[in-house]
Parts: sequence; structure tokens; C-alpha cells
Amino acid sequence: MDTLTAIWGSVPEFLQTFIIILLKIVAILLPLILAVAYTTYAERKVIGYMQVRLGPNRVGPKGWLQPIADVVKLMFKEVIVPSQANRFVFLLAPVIALAPAFVAWSVIPFSNTMILADINVGLLFILAITSLDVFGIILAGWASNSKYAILSAMRAGAQVVSYEIAMGFALVGVLMFAGSLNLNEIVKAQSGGITQWFAWPLFGLLVVFFIAGVAETNRAPFDVAEGESEIVAGFHVEYSGMAFALFFLGEYANMLMVSVIAAILFCGGWLSPFEGVDWLINLPYVGVLFGHGVHWLLLKTAFFIFLYLWFRATFPRYRYDQIMRLGWKVLIPVTLVYIFAEGIYIGWKMWQASHGGGLT
Amino acid sequence: MGFEQIIFYLFATALIMSAVSVVTVRNPVLAALFLIAAFFSSSAIWIMLEAEFLGVVLVLVYVGAVMVLFLFVIMMLDINTDLLREGFMRYLPIGLLIAVVIAAEMILVMMSKVFDKPIPAPLPANHSNTEALGEVLYTQYVYPFEIAAVILLVAIVAAIVLAHRKRPINTKSQKPGEQVRVKSSDRLRIIKMDAEKRAGS
Amino acid sequence: MSFSLATPEIFLLSATCFILLLDVFLKDKFRSIGYWASLLALGVTLVLTYQSWTEAKALAFNGMFVHDTLSVVLKMAVLSIVTAIFVYSKPYLIDRKIFKGEFYSISLFATLGMMVMISANTLLMLYMGLELLSLSMYALVAFNRDNGRCTEAAMKYFVLGAIASGMLLYGMSLLYGLSGSIELSSIAEYVANQKIMSSVALLFALTFIIVGLGFKFGVAPFHMWVPDVYQGAPTPVTMMLASAPKIAVFAMTMRLLVGGMEFGSEGWQQMLIPLIVMSMVIGNIAAIAQTNLKRMLAYSTISHMGFVLLGFVSASEGGYSAAMYYAITYAITALGGFAILIALSHEDGDAEELDDLRGLSRRHPWYAFMMMLFLFSMAGVPPLVGFFAKLYILQAVVSAGFVWLAVIAVLMSVVGAFYYLRAIKLMYFDKPIDERSISMSISFNALLSVNGLLVVALGLTPSLMALCLIAIKQSI
Repeated sequence: MDTLTAIWGSVPEFLQTFIIILLKIVAILLPLILAVAYTTYAERKVIGYMQVRLGPNRVGPKGWLQPIADVVKLMFKEVIVPSQANRFVFLLAPVIALAPAFVAWSVIPFSNTMILADINVGLLFILAITSLDVFGIILAGWASNSKYAILSAMRAGAQVVSYEIAMGFALVGVLMFAGSLNLNEIVKAQSGGITQWFAWPLFGLLVVFFIAGVAETNRAPFDVAEGESEIVAGFHVEYSGMAFALFFLGEYANMLMVSVIAAILFCGGWLSPFEGVDWLINLPYVGVLFGHGVHWLLLKTAFFIFLYLWFRATFPRYRYDQIMRLGWKVLIPVTLVYIFAEGIYIGWKMWQASHGGGLT
Repeated sequence: MGFEQIIFYLFATALIMSAVSVVTVRNPVLAALFLIAAFFSSSAIWIMLEAEFLGVVLVLVYVGAVMVLFLFVIMMLDINTDLLREGFMRYLPIGLLIAVVIAAEMILVMMSKVFDKPIPAPLPANHSNTEALGEVLYTQYVYPFEIAAVILLVAIVAAIVLAHRKRPINTKSQKPGEQVRVKSSDRLRIIKMDAEKRAGS
Repeated sequence: MSFSLATPEIFLLSATCFILLLDVFLKDKFRSIGYWASLLALGVTLVLTYQSWTEAKALAFNGMFVHDTLSVVLKMAVLSIVTAIFVYSKPYLIDRKIFKGEFYSISLFATLGMMVMISANTLLMLYMGLELLSLSMYALVAFNRDNGRCTEAAMKYFVLGAIASGMLLYGMSLLYGLSGSIELSSIAEYVANQKIMSSVALLFALTFIIVGLGFKFGVAPFHMWVPDVYQGAPTPVTMMLASAPKIAVFAMTMRLLVGGMEFGSEGWQQMLIPLIVMSMVIGNIAAIAQTNLKRMLAYSTISHMGFVLLGFVSASEGGYSAAMYYAITYAITALGGFAILIALSHEDGDAEELDDLRGLSRRHPWYAFMMMLFLFSMAGVPPLVGFFAKLYILQAVVSAGFVWLAVIAVLMSVVGAFYYLRAIKLMYFDKPIDERSISMSISFNALLSVNGLLVVALGLTPSLMALCLIAIKQSI
């Protein structure tokens, strides 16, 4: 042990910082990648049962090893670069699609202390980073030098830019109530049990946020960027092997991201819904489970993930003009009115507070 | 050299190199990508200067929205870069002269006494740049802030007036409201009719 | 907070937003409701401005906004001129099928921009007001969007205007960097402690500011955009360009050069003189060669703006007030001139060639007489207002010791008289090419007559000049 401390002490200071940050990143990314792999498994199983099928059940017990098998298969496939493609951008695109999906996780508060970067502008940071996802798709579409791919890139670009506005407005509603852009502060602002969640007063914004989130991640029913029936597979039609796997990974990581943000902003993140119910928390052994902790965040995230899968099994794909109409003419006005009403409410509360409730 | 300094030099180098590449690279899409990289590096530097709100908004607005549309346009247009480069050498001396003049002016201004201030002490970690900015914007600078909003409004109105065209009257279009309200009885008529014998049987 | 000082601006902004919304719900049949609402909005703003008349200088919005006699007088001038433009332009817009609510809302936004410029007390507000004005004007120039010439003019105007804004902004940022403040009074303090002729950085800043102002004024050698834009834009927009913004730019120059850098007058005097001489020479000589009436008036504007700047050169209260008087009266005169062009134009084309003026006295003697008044005033023939405006400027210049400048100005005015007189000759001594009769609405004719009357009366009564003198004295 002493020798280890001595070795650690001899490392220069900036390297120490670097190594610690690196280790933290690994601690977040490894479970994340695993979660992504098993989300694909969950998706196939859930949709399978909804369609009265069994889903994957061949590899391993009950098909549990299916994702591993898929990864191995993709790794050994050849990455084909089309002859007329722009090679550099073609290979860069999947990386750009994946990187922001991972970076955004750095500001997520998993519990009161488990945060990689507890920054003041966490909410804006997430908004900024998720807005970069679209570059992967646009660049892939352009670099593939294929008309289907470029069509998909155009669709994805317009769609993501449109829904970002509604998403941003929905987040404004949250930050008005929380009074902070720091994600952990937002979580703490919802303490006091399930009744204090922002999901109740801001239910409309939650709906808007989640619809916009589904559109941002190009998932069904807004998956026109893939649109296999009209533009074969859209932006990743020319991709194979690991390059394709990266897009896949990015898409699912983004899904998880949107779900976890929804859980944090509207459902109290790592807070327990049973806060204040003391007899439950004081129970021997199981009481810990009813207290605050990362497991609540995971549970809430899982619920939103399930919604994603449910949508995919339920809704037919929107037509492109309908998507645009929904984004611009329905969601944005709804959020604007909501924020306005919320502003009036907050203003009234403040007025009441400053006048000591003298109205009664 | 501390950790912060290393990061600063890393981003500063990236910023300068990508900014140079924006101008020198031949492919316009690559140039746009380098511009994104430049925005990114400068936003990182801003964040290091404790202007985290501005840094993040730079990424959000410029990289996330403006550059997407930029790329959009560049991909749609088939820009002939060779034509744009014609006469580059001819204009080079003038361009260099202007660059030198502007650089000289900036140096002159930077040397003025106004900037001769001690380096401010770092702010406490919980100091919210966003809140401070919001407070100034809505009190001290509320007038220019509102006028800026009016300018944006004019830009929107002008763009719609100049670009929006009504479609010809007989264009077919869908009315989603009607589509949603449609009932099966509007489309399907169930008729009661007597059974008929097949001819020949 | 003293929000109430800005009541006219706040009212105008709210009213404009209301008109913008109102227009969306109006059917084409009731389009003129938007027109009447705009007139009402301007009228109420005018009344509010008049009521805020003050003899004392007051600041609002943390020193961003200044309220003084100068601002009240200039705002009232701008508001009245925009009202007149609306009345004049209605028949033209209906004929060209561009009678849309957006014309009015964008014009009102431009008016708001001018008011912001007039009341600006910081570099920031000067720039914001200017941008609001310019952006609206770019859109208005391109308003008849299916017309190729309109679009071309808007493009030129936009590109050059953007460069000019950039120059101005660069100059302002240098000034800010040097003085450490955006407030004009603090800048004035800084400049007062500096020897302008030996401070290179300050001279650089001044150069950029003068170049930017020159672009916006449209004085030579930054006048390239003026003829093309005047010709390409729809006539009501040309009318707008030639009148009200000139007053706003005068205010901007007043605030920036006099309010902010009065002690640097030694520097900007020397920079303005070449601009003035060039504008007078180029404007008057190039105008002779024009066959297009709008281009001719454009070149004449260039030379008139030279005169306005000439008032600044004297760097005295008399000079500034003469320049103010000139800017206001020129705007009124140009308004009338372009109104005649609107009256002459018809559905299948604008009347913009000199030939269209031929024989106007036989087609419509009253319009011909009015046009003669406006042209004589521009040429500077006594007893019309243009003569007095030139006289006041020359008095100030001579008393400041620039006799040679005054001589050039007089010589060039004589050259300029040639093309004004040529137009008058065409109206009175030539046979008409187009025999169609001209008929306009009563409101148009009444307003035109008032306009003509003003061109005569303002010169004969010294009240406006006295007002200008009070305003300038009080604002310095």
C-alpha cells in the first residue's frame, strides 16, 4: 500500500487530475455501454411480447447473450467505404454521432455526490451537447455520396433544429420553477416526496419535452431520417461493421440520455418518491431502498425507456410535413403559453410573498 | 505548468489551427467543419474565463443551429471553389495591408490605460454567471435588450414578407384537422343487398 | 426608473406590434384598416412626443436614453414626415399590388429605430437604433420583390450598408476600448483630456466612425449605393430613404461628433472637409448627366448632404442649428418632390424619366407649380426655404473662417441650379408626351398643397430656425 501511495505521489499534479478524471469517465461509460447493449435486447423483447412473439431467445439462457453476439458480429464485419465517398468525413461522422451522446453524461447527477462535473449551467450544457448529435447524421449523409443518405441528412437536420426550440422552451419552464441551471439543484428543488415533482404542475411541458426528445433522437414515430420504406435506411445506408455499430450505439445512448433528463427534470432524479414517509424508510434492511439513491434514478429512467419502446410498437410513422406541423404549430405555441402562464403564477407568488399575504 | 494552463494552450492551439484551416482548406464542407471546431475551442476558452453561460450558448446557438443550416446550404449548393480562388494573388497585398492596419489598431487600443488593470481574483465556485448576466440584462441594459428583440422581430417579419409565397389556389393540400376528425361513416358506406345467385349455377 | 420619458417610443412599439397582429387577421378587402391604424399610431405618438416637450435635459434607462429639446423637435419632424409618406404612398402601393400591412409595420419599426437613434445617449443605443432603421429599410427597398431592379437595389444597399455598419461598429469599439465607456458624456470627458491630433488610436477610431457616418449619409466618396438604390426602390421607399432617415443620421452625427467628441472637433473638421467638397462636386456635376429623374434626385441628395455636413464643419452652435434646419427642410422638400413622382406614375410603370415631366403644366398646372416650388427650393432660389437653409449654413461657415469652402459651396449650387431649371423648363415649355390626365385623392392633394405651403412659409418665418437654435443650445 505504501509503495502504491509513493508511486501515486511521484506522478505530476496535472497527470493526477487527468488520471482521476479518466477513471471517473470509465466508471460512467462502461455501465452506459452495457446499458445500451441491453436496451437493444429489451427493445426486441418488449416489442416481441407486444406483438405476441417471443423475441430473441437463442443465444444464452432466454437470449441474454444476444447483444454480445451482435457486437461480436459487427466487429468482425468489414467497414466498406464507398468509392466516391469523402473518406475522412465518412469515417469521422460515426464518431461525431457518438461523442456528444457520451459527453452529455458528464453532468448528470447520479446521486447527491456522484457527479463527474457539477457545473452551474448543466441544463444548458446538455441542451448544447445534444444539439450536436445531428452533425453525425448530416455528415454521414453528405459523405456517403448517395441520394438516399443526403435526403435523410436534410430531413434529420430540419427536424432536429425545429424540435430543439420546443425542447428548449420546455426546459425553460423547469428552470423557472427550480431557479437554477444546475442539474443537482433542480433535483433538490423537487425534494419532499412524489407530490413535489415538477411533473405535476408542468405535465404539459413534460409531454412536450418527451415528444421533442423522441423527435430529437430520430426514433419512431419520428424516424423519417431512417425511413426504410422510402429512403432505405437513410443516413447509414452505406455504413457497415463497426462504423454502423457506432451510429447504433449513439442512437441508444441518446435515448437513455433523454430518458434520464426527463427523470431528473420532472421526476426528482435520485430523490425517493417516499421522502417524508418515515416508517417506510426506517424499516430494517429494506428501508435503505426507500431512501434516496441512484436506484431511483435508474428506475425512473427505465420507465421512460419503456415509453420509447412502447411508442415504437404503437404508432405508425409520421409523414414529414406532419412532423414539421407538430413541431412548429403545436408544440412551440403550447410551450409558449405554458411558460407565460407559469410566469404569471410565479409573479403572483412573489407579489404575495412581498405583501405578506395581505389579500386575506 | 498547471493543469489549467495545459488545457488553455491545447484549446488555443486548436482554435488558431482550425481558424487558419477554415480559410485554407479546399473543400467547403471541411471548411465549415473547421469553423465548428473553432467555435468549440473558443467556447472552451470562454468557459475557462468563467464566462460559462456565454461559452455554452456559443455552442448551443452557433454550432447547434447556425452551423447546421450553414452545412445545409453548402451541401445543397455545388460551390466551385476554383472560381472563388481566382484573383486571390491579386487581392493578397490589399488584404494583407488591411490585416496589418487592423492589427495595429487593436494593439494601439489594447495598450490604452483602460486595459491596464490587475487580473481579477477568481470568483467563488458557486458564483452564477448566468444569474449575474440576467440581472444586468433586465435592469441596467433593459433598453438595448428590448431594442435588440425588436430588431430580431423585424428580421423575421422581413424574411417572411420577402420569401413567403402563397401557393396557387388550386394546389391540393392536406388539412390535418379534417383528417383527424374523419369518421369511418364518412368514408365507408355499408349497403344492405340481397344475395344473388351466381349465373349459370 | 424613468420609463415615462420614453412613453412615445413604448407606445409606438406596442402599437406597431398590435398593427402587425391585426393585419394577419384582416381580409384583403379591409386592408386599409391597417393603414388607418398606422396613421392613428403615428398621430398619437406625435401628440405624446409634443406633450413631453421639455426645456431640461433628462436621462432614463440608466443613462441609455436622453430626453432634451433636440430629441423632441427631431422626433416630431420624423413622425410628421413618416405620416406624410404613408398618405402619399397609398395610391402607389395599391397600383403595384404591394398594399400590404407589412409595409406599414416595417415602416413603423424603422420610425422607432429613428426615434431610438435620436434619443441615444450611448454608443450602444446609437448602433441599435441605426441597425433597426437599416434593417427595416433593406426590407422596404426589396418590398416589390418580383421586380428585378428592386431586388438588385436591396442587395446593393444591404451589402454596402452592412459594411458601413461594420466600419461604424469598429470605430465605436475602438472608442470604447480607449475611453472605457459607452456613455457619450464619459467619452467626451476622455476626449477633452486628449490631444486629438497626436493620439493615433483616437484618430483611427474617428476615421472609422466618419466612414460609417459617410456611408449612412450617402456623401461622396461613399455614395455609390445612393443612385442605384434610389432608382431601384419603389418610389414611396425612395421617398422614405431621402427624407426621415437623413434627420435621424443628423441626430446621430450630432450625438456622436458633437456630444461625444466635441473637443476633437479639430480632428473631424479636417476629415469632413474632403467629404463635403467631393459630395458637392460629384453630386452636382453627375446630376447634370442623368436622364432618370430618380437618379438625378439621388445625386442632388448627395450634394445636399454635403451641405448638412458643412454645418458641422463650423463647429459652432450656429453651424449645428443651421445643419439641423437644413436636414429638416430638405426632408420636407424631398418629400414633396417624390410625391409628384408618385402622382405621375401609373399602373404600367413608374414615372421616373425626365421626359415624364414634359408638359406637366398642361396636364396638371397645380402639380407643375408645386414641383416648381420644390425644385426651386432645392436649387436655393429665394424666398423659398432652401435658400434660407443654404444661407444659414454659409453664414456659419464664413464666420468660422472657411471662406474658401463657402465659395465652393456657392459655385456648386450655381452648377446645381442648371439641372433643376432644366426640369422646370421641361414642365413649362415642352409638349407632353403622355396626355393622360392625373387624378389623385383629396387627401393626397391637400397634403401636397400643405407641403408646398411649408416650403414657402418655413423660409419666410424664422420660427423653425429659432427652434433649432434653442434645441441645439439646450442639448450641448
